Amino acid sequence: MRLLIIEDDRAAVAYLVKAFREAGHVADQATDGLDGYAMAREGGYDLLVVDRMLPKLDGLSLIRSLREQKVETPVLILSALGQVDDRVKGLRAGGDDYLPKPYAFSELLARAEVLARRRASAPGTSEATAYRVGDLELDRLSHRVVRAGREIVLQPREFRLLEYLMRHAGQVVTRTMLLEHVWDYHFDPQTNVIDVHVSRLRGKIDRGFEHALIQTVRGAGYVVRAEEPRTT
Amino acid sequence: MSPAPLRPSREGVLARVGKLFRTTAFKLSLAYLVIFALCAVVALGYVAWNARRVLDDQIVQTIEAEINGLQEQYTAGGLRTLIAVIERRSKEPGASLYLVTTPAGERVVGNVGSVPTSLLSKTGQFEISYGRDVDTRNIQHRAIVRLYTLAGGFHLLVGRDTEERDQLRAAIGNTFGSSLALVLLLGVIGGWFVASRVLKRVDDMTETTRSIMAGNLDGRLRVAGTGDELDRLAQNLNLMLERIGELMRGMKEVSDNIAHDLKTPLTRLRNHADEALRGERSPEELRGAIGAVIEESDGLIRVFEALLTIARLEAGSARESFSEFDAGQALREVGELYEALAEENGLTLSVEAEDGLMLVGNRELVGQALANLADNAIKYGAGGIGERSIAMRAEREVDGVALSVADHGPGIPEGEQARVLDRFVRLDDARSRPGFGLGLSLVNAVVRLHGGALTLRNNAPGLAVKLSLPRA
Repeated sequence: MRLLIIEDDRAAVAYLVKAFREAGHVADQATDGLDGYAMAREGGYDLLVVDRMLPKLDGLSLIRSLREQKVETPVLILSALGQVDDRVKGLRAGGDDYLPKPYAFSELLARAEVLARRRASAPGTSEATAYRVGDLELDRLSHRVVRAGREIVLQPREFRLLEYLMRHAGQVVTRTMLLEHVWDYHFDPQTNVIDVHVSRLRGKIDRGFEHALIQTVRGAGYVVRAEEPRTT
Repeated sequence: MSPAPLRPSREGVLARVGKLFRTTAFKLSLAYLVIFALCAVVALGYVAWNARRVLDDQIVQTIEAEINGLQEQYTAGGLRTLIAVIERRSKEPGASLYLVTTPAGERVVGNVGSVPTSLLSKTGQFEISYGRDVDTRNIQHRAIVRLYTLAGGFHLLVGRDTEERDQLRAAIGNTFGSSLALVLLLGVIGGWFVASRVLKRVDDMTETTRSIMAGNLDGRLRVAGTGDELDRLAQNLNLMLERIGELMRGMKEVSDNIAHDLKTPLTRLRNHADEALRGERSPEELRGAIGAVIEESDGLIRVFEALLTIARLEAGSARESFSEFDAGQALREVGELYEALAEENGLTLSVEAEDGLMLVGNRELVGQALANLADNAIKYGAGGIGERSIAMRAEREVDGVALSVADHGPGIPEGEQARVLDRFVRLDDARSRPGFGLGLSLVNAVVRLHGGALTLRNNAPGLAVKLSLPRA
């Protein structure tokens, strides 16, 4: 994907640009709000990563102005402010996701990829009613999950968990993302509470099959994919 | 800033006197003094005026009685008898003044030396100056006299010397003046005394507060024990200092704990990095070491995030984000989230929630508080000796909702229950477990933000934590 990072801390920008490039993405940078606004309006980006505190034009105003100009590029807000109500303010201004500093790059990367993909796959179209990964199928309407022709019975929450993982098949999904989208809570899960749910789900989906669809990405989260995990 | 040296120089003395005059106590005493002096003037003036009136009345009455008597004598015995009576009466001690003259004004009899000549032709009552006798005619005395014209044209003057009355009046005046002077003197001295006493105590207080400001935080204001307003002020200031001291000690404890509790993971982090650098390492070993470094720093980030969250909650700004939500639903969700983890740890987690427990608050924060409690209950309940169960409950209360999480772990000794709500406090037997002792502080901050109360109870065995949240 092609993304624009608008952040005034030059060291942080340099680090992010390098990290995104290593992850196989194209990253541009702007170090103040006005430059960022101009570059974002030119378009062509799959994602904007915007710091809240920017010189010349602050992050939220920048996003608001872009949205007024019908620039619908997904925006991920980075902020050093706490998360109690700033998150709500950020999303209300037109941001699509919000990540408080300090963050792990793996978290930022996972969220950025999910946001950019959402735009690429479905510009204005409704979401698919069924997902398919390898021999696993999930029907969102009938709430049925079938693997290799065998029906798997899931609890409602397990279904939502799998649904979220499969919607982002091939993308890394972090634990906080799962807590946010499956449980609608935005705090940092302190213990391995999400892992337990995933491992239960895994027990139902992958047990008895040679190939595990739900894979753990060390230091980042989980990914559902049909092919074998890459060996590094 | 150091107090000005009190040199006994002229300027110093003047400055001190000026300071004294400026004190409220001195100003007040002065004001009272003026009011008191005015009252005294009025009262004594009234007394003097009244005394004079009474004396004058007495004199007039005496004169009138004498005139009546003399007139009778004259009517009965003529001029001759009158002269005889007057001569006799004149010799008596304390005699009145008498003078009988012919219609032409020539003296017939009497004990008055001289009177203003114009007077004799008049009738009525006058206050005059007179000479006592012919020889000392220029010594003027004051008298009240009454003039009467007898049948036959003779003038009769009867009067009383007012010396006695004037002496009394002078005495009253003197008393009046000296007592006023005394009152003023005593007032000034008293005011001075009171003011300097107050000033000394205020100076003492200023001195003490200065030394406290300069860093002597254990300093306390002296309480004189008189129970007056300065004492009350001093007591309250001392209580305030005590409270501030407590808070400072709390802060110090927190920062000490931060220093200690962050040093440990920082040291571990450094060790992991150090290990990676030492000697020849395989790529797997290096990756492992770096992974460990990241894990440690994530832990540190989590601690700071929790600290920031607590600080923000305590600042109360999150109240803007309040909206109505179903507390029972929130409890069920958190219960569902932790049920699997509990089971993994060999515990059963039961959830009981009434329907329609609506609250105005922040669902996220209440959820996080419940998550912290559930997390703790699993962490400690798993190591317990009692029944391996955790109960999460949401119930209606009189004016709100009670959310509780109860485990059968080792519990918290009653004496320690208040302490565990502090930041970074971890009881000794919990030191070996993961965590930073921020969980309950955060729960407490959330409860306080919602205007509720947090109670810890012995679950015999175990710990039961109850969040009582008011409806609005």
